[in-house]
Amino acid sequence: MKPPPFSYHDPRTVAEAVSLLSTLENPKLLAGGQSLMPMLNMRFVLPDHVIDLGKIDGLAYIREAPSKEGGNALEIGAMTRQRDIEFSELIAAKHPLLREGILNVGHRQTRNRGTIGGSLCHLDPAAEQVLVCLASDAIVTAAGPNGERAIPFREFPLAYMTPNLEPDEMLIGIKIPLWPAGHGYSFLEFARRHGDFAVVSVAALLDVDAGGIIKRAAVALGGVAAVPLRMDAVEARLVGQKASEELFRDAAEICRAIDAVADVHATVEYRQHLAAVLTRRALVQALAKVKR
Amino acid sequence: MESRKITVTVNGQAHTRDVETRMTLADFLRHDLGMTGTHVGCEHGVCGACTILLDGRTARSCLTLAVQTDGHAIDTIEGMAPNPKDKTAPMHPLQEAFRDNHALQCGFCTPGMLTTIIELLRDNPEPSADEVRIAISGNLCRCTGYQTIVAATLDAAKRLKAEGRKP
Ligand code: FES
Ligand code: FES
Repeated sequence: MKPPPFSYHDPRTVAEAVSLLSTLENPKLLAGGQSLMPMLNMRFVLPDHVIDLGKIDGLAYIREAPSKEGGNALEIGAMTRQRDIEFSELIAAKHPLLREGILNVGHRQTRNRGTIGGSLCHLDPAAEQVLVCLASDAIVTAAGPNGERAIPFREFPLAYMTPNLEPDEMLIGIKIPLWPAGHGYSFLEFARRHGDFAVVSVAALLDVDAGGIIKRAAVALGGVAAVPLRMDAVEARLVGQKASEELFRDAAEICRAIDAVADVHATVEYRQHLAAVLTRRALVQALAKVKR
Repeated sequence: MESRKITVTVNGQAHTRDVETRMTLADFLRHDLGMTGTHVGCEHGVCGACTILLDGRTARSCLTLAVQTDGHAIDTIEGMAPNPKDKTAPMHPLQEAFRDNHALQCGFCTPGMLTTIIELLRDNPEPSADEVRIAISGNLCRCTGYQTIVAATLDAAKRLKAEGRKP
C-alpha cells in the first residue's frame, strides 16, 4: 500500500510538461492526486515517471469571457481545484449545474485537492464533472508538442476511462458555453452513501419560453454505461413541446432502453430503472428552477 | 531510490529532510518526523483517518506526496491543543467537547475527525447536525456510531461561540 518507486518531475510551464511527457518513458501526470494516488498506493499503475502539474502557474482560474461561438463562456483552468469551483460565486450565478455536480464529488478533504482537469482525464463513467461537461457541450483544450487542440466534449470519452488525448498531450483548459440567464438545471444521483460513486447520475438543462415551450434541453447520464451518455433521443422528444410532467415521464422512459452495464452495485434492469426515474425527476426539478 | 530535500512547516515549526519522492505525506509525518498522531487506516483515500490541514485546508495525507508539500504549511493533531506537553492544561474546546460527549472510543478515527471538523467550524461556525454529518461523511468511525461525534461538534460550536473564540 505504498507508491512504487518513480522519478518525480515538477515542471514550471506547460511546454516543459509536454516535453517531459513526449520524451520520458512510461510517464504519468499528477494533477490533484485524488485518483492517481490511490492507484499508485494500490499499485494499479506503475509509472517510471510522475510529472506533477502543481507548480505550473496559470492553470488554475475561473472566468467568464466572450466565446467565438457567440454569447459568453465560462473558462476554467484544468488545475482548478474542485473546492474553488464549489465556492465560486461566478459559477453559482452562471452555471449552477456545475456547482450542484461538484457537491456530489467525494468529500471536502478530496475536493480541496482534486482538480476538474484531473477528473475529466481520469474519466470515470460515474464522475460528476465529466457528466456536467458532457451535458453542457464543453470544449476542452489539450496542449501537445504541435500546439493546442480544441476537443468538443462529446468526442472526449473514447472508451471506458479513456480520454481522447494523445500520449504526449495534456488537458489545459475547459470552456463551457453559458446557457441563457434563468435556465433550469438539475443534477441528481443515486449513490449508496454521500460521496460514493454514483450508481446512476443525471445532469439536465432546460430552456423554456414564456409560453412554456421547451426551446432547448440537454440530458446526460453517468454510471449507466462504460462512458457517460448524452441522451439525444430524450432531448429530441422534449424540444418544441410544452413542458409538463407527462411529457417528462414519456421522454424519460426512453432511458429504459439504454444498453446499461451490470456490476456488484446494480443489475442492468436496475440501472435502466434508475436512469428513467432520475431523468424524470431531474426534468421536473429543472423546470421548477426556470426563472422568467 | 530517488530522493529530494524538502522543507515543510509542521504546526508552525520548519523541518528540512531528505525524502524519497514516492513517500506519502502520512508516512513522512509518522516515520520521519515521529508525529504518529496522524493515523493511517486505508492508505487509499477512503477512511479519512490521515486527514491533516495543508495550508489551512483539509487533505488526506495518504493521497499527497511529501515532496508536493515542500514550502507549504501542515497542521496536524499534535498542534491542536494549545499546551500539549502539560497534561493538566485544557485542550482545544473541540477536543474538550469530544471528551465530554464520549465522541471517541478507540480513538483511531479521532485525529482525522478533529482536523476535518476544525475546517468545518472555521467555514461554518454554527453548522446544523446535517451539515456536520455531511462534513464527516468522508471519515469512517467503527466505534461510536457517529451520534456522539455530531453532538460533540455542535457542543464545540456552542462553546467557541460562548468564549468568542475562533476554532
Ligand atoms: S489512510 Fe488516508 S484516507 Fe485512509
Ligand atoms: S473511535 Fe474508534 S474508530 Fe472512531
